[in-house]
Amino acid sequence: MKKTGAEIVWECLTREGVEVVFGYPGGANMPIYDAMLSYPVHHVLVRHEQGAAHMADGYARASGKVGVAMATSGPGATNLVTGIATAMMDSVPVVFITGQVAAHLIGGDAFQETDVTGITLPITKHNYLVTRADEIAETIREAFYIARSGRPGPVLIDICKNAQIESCEFVYPEEPEMPGYKPVTHSPRNLLDDAVALIEKSHKPIILCGHGVIMSKAEEALMQFAVKTQIPVASTLLGLGAFPASHPLSLGMMGMHGEAYTNMAIQNSDLILAFGMRFDDRVTGTLKTYAPKAKKIHIEIDPSEVHKNVFVDVPLVGDVRTVVNDLIPLVDEYDHDEWLEEIQTWKNETDSRSIMNWEEDGKLYVAHLVADIWKATGGGAIVTTDVGQHQMWTAQYYQLEKPNRWITSGGAGTMGFGLPSAIGAWFAAKDEEIWAVAGDGGFQMTAAELTTAVQEGANVKVAIMNNNFLGMVRQWQEFFFEKRYSAVNMVTPDFVKLAEAHGVPARRVTTREEVEEAIAWARSIKGPTVLEFKVEREDAVYPMVPTGAALHEMIRRPVKQSAKG
Amino acid sequence: MNYTFIALVENKPGVLNRVASLFRRRNFNIESLAVGRTENPDISRMTIVVNCPNGDMDAHRIEANLYKLVNVIDVQDVTHQPVVTRDLALIKVRVGPERRAEVNGLAEIFRAHIVDVAPESVIVEITGTEDKIEGMIELLRPIGIIEMVRTGQVSMTRGTNDGIRRMPGLDGRRYEDLMEMAEMTP
Repeated sequence: MKKTGAEIVWECLTREGVEVVFGYPGGANMPIYDAMLSYPVHHVLVRHEQGAAHMADGYARASGKVGVAMATSGPGATNLVTGIATAMMDSVPVVFITGQVAAHLIGGDAFQETDVTGITLPITKHNYLVTRADEIAETIREAFYIARSGRPGPVLIDICKNAQIESCEFVYPEEPEMPGYKPVTHSPRNLLDDAVALIEKSHKPIILCGHGVIMSKAEEALMQFAVKTQIPVASTLLGLGAFPASHPLSLGMMGMHGEAYTNMAIQNSDLILAFGMRFDDRVTGTLKTYAPKAKKIHIEIDPSEVHKNVFVDVPLVGDVRTVVNDLIPLVDEYDHDEWLEEIQTWKNETDSRSIMNWEEDGKLYVAHLVADIWKATGGGAIVTTDVGQHQMWTAQYYQLEKPNRWITSGGAGTMGFGLPSAIGAWFAAKDEEIWAVAGDGGFQMTAAELTTAVQEGANVKVAIMNNNFLGMVRQWQEFFFEKRYSAVNMVTPDFVKLAEAHGVPARRVTTREEVEEAIAWARSIKGPTVLEFKVEREDAVYPMVPTGAALHEMIRRPVKQSAKG
Repeated sequence: MNYTFIALVENKPGVLNRVASLFRRRNFNIESLAVGRTENPDISRMTIVVNCPNGDMDAHRIEANLYKLVNVIDVQDVTHQPVVTRDLALIKVRVGPERRAEVNGLAEIFRAHIVDVAPESVIVEITGTEDKIEGMIELLRPIGIIEMVRTGQVSMTRGTNDGIRRMPGLDGRRYEDLMEMAEMTP
């Protein structure tokens, strides 16, 4: 049957199971938007294309499916760039479809022409320029396959306007066969045996759980493996939720703002089992002194990550779930009580410094507020964040039990991610409670998406932690620049009025007494709400491993400050 | 140290850009890059010479990142393998009838050819290893080189040897195994 290129786009998207698309129309993608009306796909009109990218990203992370975002050529496409880079750094499967000027105009500086495949080359897993209608079906098929398989990531398809308008015979292609793209799943037996030998000899093993565990849906395999071998599990920022925080073997977050006892455990371990993580500089501290006594086993789907930052003893290249499931029958049951007790002593020491054990002093601390939201929601909400202090506090104190509920920009560290990713997540989980925790800085970067939330009736609760500072930059200036505050003092708008102007019910919270009721109020409203918390201005995130320091050399919260009573 | 890689890639628009961009992005300096078709019209072959300050560790990183590109089919490191390596240069020399015989003599010694003769210049075509071409250039320089062009190095392993496919973890190979393989072959 003959179809236009624009119709073929939707034929293919619906066959890929796409139900919602986030985007913004313009000159170069109008045929696609026209054809859309005949297909059962819900389109979310965003207020800025960056919002569309983050929504598709949030949707993908919450659903485990491929997200889709659309934009027109030129500025529409370049506005996606931050969102594409965010998805790339965190390996999130999103297909971006951009309009491009007609093929015969390319290279002539036509109106709204930009070399989008050139711009996005280093920030996509792969990208395509489509100049003819008969290339569209195969390209979309490949794009979805590449986005979701192997190490997932964003794929961009730039479709020329003539290709959207022209007609051709539509045949839905077979599962793609690409000579240069063959993701591996299983790791060879001899290397599995090497890994098992190291596990057998180890007295102080530790599992480092990364985003890969969630992406490959390996949480059950991880649980079985950890319980059978009695190996404690530490998490990267993006691995949080893959292993239940309440489990006795859970050590919580590692790294720059990780738990002190978790970092101590890593530094003192004799065996690291890295599951779907990439030894990012934020989790290792300086590499010279990283886990010096530990042998290392690395389960990783992307061969280019093996030996990249940390030289490992046994590389197990493959899908985390498959490899861990292959390992489970090969390992024995072990007992690491002594090691777990050693970790417990570090943990007890940590508790004495925890802000959670502070005496109430009437001020609002973000850590406390996050814990309040955690209590009110029973720890079961989907939580998104922006980037900065509030992100770290949320990671530390919103203790997660399940995967796909923690949506945060890790690798890229993209401010403005919280609100749009929450809206995207809502489309993946409309029955779930969704909270976006944001700072006053990041919230203002994409605040316009409040209207999108209203238009869609997205039931997201925004908690703005307003310290009238760019808090994390301020903290660095305090610690490392002799408290010379440069461009961090921030006048914020009246967030309550701002929200109300968008048609979003909002409240400001300035005292401890109001907190519980305000959270309950926000939860009682169906649809978007905003809570602005006026928080302690110069609080700092502890512990902190300064850049270039060893992982165990942490700046700790002073004991005196945190002692109870 | 310079490493030589042979990459087979899909013959599609933009693939050269993807490969070249990868080296820029990872901050490696390409010494030479030659691309052309193979016996299979769907596949292009690249010979890439890259400076690897950290030796085999860099080579591993380059290979793994090349494989990440969807259009890259195969990558071999032939640095430590017996290979036939060729580079072709066209050198235009400023020379009148009086010294033409001298240039001709040099060309004969280097098994080069004079492929164009004009009243005031000749073009010398020379094929060979980089050393041989450099040797010829040094001798022609005093006579007067007007312009020069080189294709860049192309390489092919001798016999049925393959280069090293340095993908630790795949095929059950450990990094040390690969290092041993690299050292064993002359």
